[in-house]
Amino acid sequence: MARYSIDQKLAILSDAAKYDASCASSGSTRRDSRDGKGLGSNEGSGICHAYAPDGRCISLLKILMTNFCIYDCAYCINRVSSNVRRARFSVDEVVRLTIEFYRRNYIEGLFLSSGIIRSPDATMEDMVRIARKLREEENFRGYIHLKTIPDAAPELIEEAGRLADRLSINVELPTDASVKKHAPEKNPEQIRRAMADVRLRRQAARDKTHTGRKAPRFAPAGQSTQVIIGADDANDTTILRQSTRLYGGYGLKRVYYSAFSPIPDATARLPLVSPPLQREHRLYQADWLLRFYDFELDEITEATTDGNLDLDVDPKLAWALANRARFPVDVNTAPKELLLRVPGFGIKSVNRILSTRRHRKLRYEDLLRIGALMKNARPFITVLGWSPGALTDRADLRALFAPPPEQLRLL
Amino acid sequence: MTAKVILPRIGTDAAFRHAARAFSTNDVPPEALHFCDKAEMTGLFDADIAIPQPRGELRLPKSFVALTNAAVWHTDADRFDRLYAFLWRVRDKPSLIQDRGDAALAQLRRMEKAVHRCQHKMKAFVRFREIGEVDAKRRSFAAWFEPTHHTVEPTAQFFMRRFADMDWRIVTPDVTAIFEAGRIRFELDHPRPSLPTDANEALWTTYFKNIFNPARLKVKAMTSEMPKKYWHNMPEATAIPELISTAPAHAREMAKAAPTLAPPRAVKVQEAAEKHQHWERSREGMHAALADCSRCPLHAHATQPVPGAGPETARLMIVGEQPGDIEDLTGTPFAGPSGQLLNSALRAAGLAREQIYLTNAVKHFKFQVRGKRRVHQRPSAVEIEKCRWWLKTEIANVSPELIVVLGATAALAVTGDGQKILSRRGQIEQGKNGVPVIVSLHPAHVLRNPNAEEKAQLRQFLVSDLSQASLWLEANLKGAS
Repeated sequence: MARYSIDQKLAILSDAAKYDASCASSGSTRRDSRDGKGLGSNEGSGICHAYAPDGRCISLLKILMTNFCIYDCAYCINRVSSNVRRARFSVDEVVRLTIEFYRRNYIEGLFLSSGIIRSPDATMEDMVRIARKLREEENFRGYIHLKTIPDAAPELIEEAGRLADRLSINVELPTDASVKKHAPEKNPEQIRRAMADVRLRRQAARDKTHTGRKAPRFAPAGQSTQVIIGADDANDTTILRQSTRLYGGYGLKRVYYSAFSPIPDATARLPLVSPPLQREHRLYQADWLLRFYDFELDEITEATTDGNLDLDVDPKLAWALANRARFPVDVNTAPKELLLRVPGFGIKSVNRILSTRRHRKLRYEDLLRIGALMKNARPFITVLGWSPGALTDRADLRALFAPPPEQLRLL
Repeated sequence: MTAKVILPRIGTDAAFRHAARAFSTNDVPPEALHFCDKAEMTGLFDADIAIPQPRGELRLPKSFVALTNAAVWHTDADRFDRLYAFLWRVRDKPSLIQDRGDAALAQLRRMEKAVHRCQHKMKAFVRFREIGEVDAKRRSFAAWFEPTHHTVEPTAQFFMRRFADMDWRIVTPDVTAIFEAGRIRFELDHPRPSLPTDANEALWTTYFKNIFNPARLKVKAMTSEMPKKYWHNMPEATAIPELISTAPAHAREMAKAAPTLAPPRAVKVQEAAEKHQHWERSREGMHAALADCSRCPLHAHATQPVPGAGPETARLMIVGEQPGDIEDLTGTPFAGPSGQLLNSALRAAGLAREQIYLTNAVKHFKFQVRGKRRVHQRPSAVEIEKCRWWLKTEIANVSPELIVVLGATAALAVTGDGQKILSRRGQIEQGKNGVPVIVSLHPAHVLRNPNAEEKAQLRQFLVSDLSQASLWLEANLKGAS
């Protein structure tokens, strides 16, 4: 094996990590280092320290410990059958990079993942050693996210959860059948069992012990997962149904959707097309509706044609267009649940409407100042100074929102 | 004629709060005043005015105070006057602060938002360079930064919380924050310092280049969050133009490159991996087979199958319906609320749980997600029938002398009849496998009843049926005469 410089290793092992979408550093316990004995703080909400030209936020140092891997997952650049360059960081190298980057205010912390080397336990042990060294020797109080290896020993998971802010395990693909086909060494049930284990441990950490003392914290920023979309033929309904099961079953903080993007040195088994970014975006929107807007899964999927979300209009607008009998709603009298259903009204706008409504009636201009997206909301509301008239029921209403049909590109 | 109130450039927030309290409690109306900070003093004819002694208390809505503490740092020269004018109105009508449609308030909220955004960007985009020795006991760093608003002072706290074990300074064209030996101070109008190069900037740029995915170019998404005005003080930004210009070519190359053959070592590694059985833990006999069960579709949604638990020599077997939320997570039967109720009923009936083999008619959890909860769904006849194979295996392995079935699903699986549980309960029946059976209620059925009286009654049924089982076991003790 060639010996690489730290710069070359960093290039290889960050390149290998870019397919993980998550970079969140929010939602953990508040802490700081005002006592002068440590480094770092966590303020609840994360900070994006830079943005790459792919529009993604860079909040954490997101690297692989090593990209050597004994598995052969078709969608992954690090699969054993790929000819990608391989490298491995030592424990000290990862610790030093994290601390030096943090001191210069480049990052919020570390997101460490790894290929599977030797065995799941051996890999997990090295990852835990890095986290332990950061916390106990460097007194690092920034954010740590560890990707857990589903089959690692319970003692290692326990220690990982005590040291890290967040743990995650990727479900990888929307159905068990796809996982078995594309990631033959991975076992979907084992992945679910690992997520169940994290949820139970988090629950146990919240309960007081029988002596009345607080149990040690366990992954206070929760757990998350990622699913690759567009690598198999699962439709959006299947994907979202899986997400609701994951949120409901394991109390996940987030399900990340990652549009399958062609990787260098791809396998012949998967499509080589540009990643379906718009589809990914719509899935996130639908995910938000499910979690924060009290939408039921069926309501969203009923507004789709072939089980896939409309790419031209967002899922809330698609739902409203399919349920026009429920509109227009009167902004000055409608209950909160109904206001949340209006396209162009976000949670903030709705809260502002409600607090203003307590004192006086709202006019159209007020909604503009409140920050509602009136272009989308107009056909679905009445308010002082505005009534949509026949607009709500116009047959070509959808065409007013959807982008004009694109002419087929000729070669 | 308006009088001019001059505020200092450091500690502006406290000075303005003090002045505003003083003038408003002395009933000086907004038209009579113009506030400005020292750098903005340009007026020709206005006279300065001394700040009077505050008279009495001034009560203001909390969120207006928070709004003031942010908006005072805005660069708009009229920020103080706008704040004081709104204070004048909100003083008499506190509900005004909730009126999101009020034009003056909307303007102040916009300013507040701009300052918060500027603070946020400062926390994100300040880049320190090391200016001291790497092995010094207390390391020291410095940064040059150009914020849009006067945000150094209100944001310094953040850097103090985060970087308390090192010395640092953030120099800006306006205010400079200096943190030394754990103490902060602010100074005005420092020139731009020349900072030594820092080797970590090259490493950071390497990271920035490689974490970028050229197949997902979205330049607008980047510039809306990281406007170009910040770029010239961020080392990684020098790489951006090249990343953008070469991205389409890179992405094309990736797409064009024909799939390659696996390297020879791949086969070897995989063979070795197989030998070690890295993924599958060896489980024995039935448990291993059950883990692979896909006789019905339930397996794809549940976390895991929940096999029975208890001694294989048990005289009594209890069969429930199916695992619930907790059982599905833990992998053990009767671990959730139903299990707790069953435990207490067993105790009341004089039975020891450790001596009983507990299992379910269906081994996977069937549910529907409602909001953030998984709600139990009754298994269908087909699912019960498919899963009976496992129950039969368990009955054969344990060969219990008596089976207690809890609820309709279990009764259907063991006796072939799931009807009329209430009228059948407590009596000895003959099961399909020739083992005597006592039918009883499922603990979940007891728990779901909203009526306290009925609930107590149902629980009593469960206890009494279990007592029947206990009596039967005692009467049929082998060797007893």
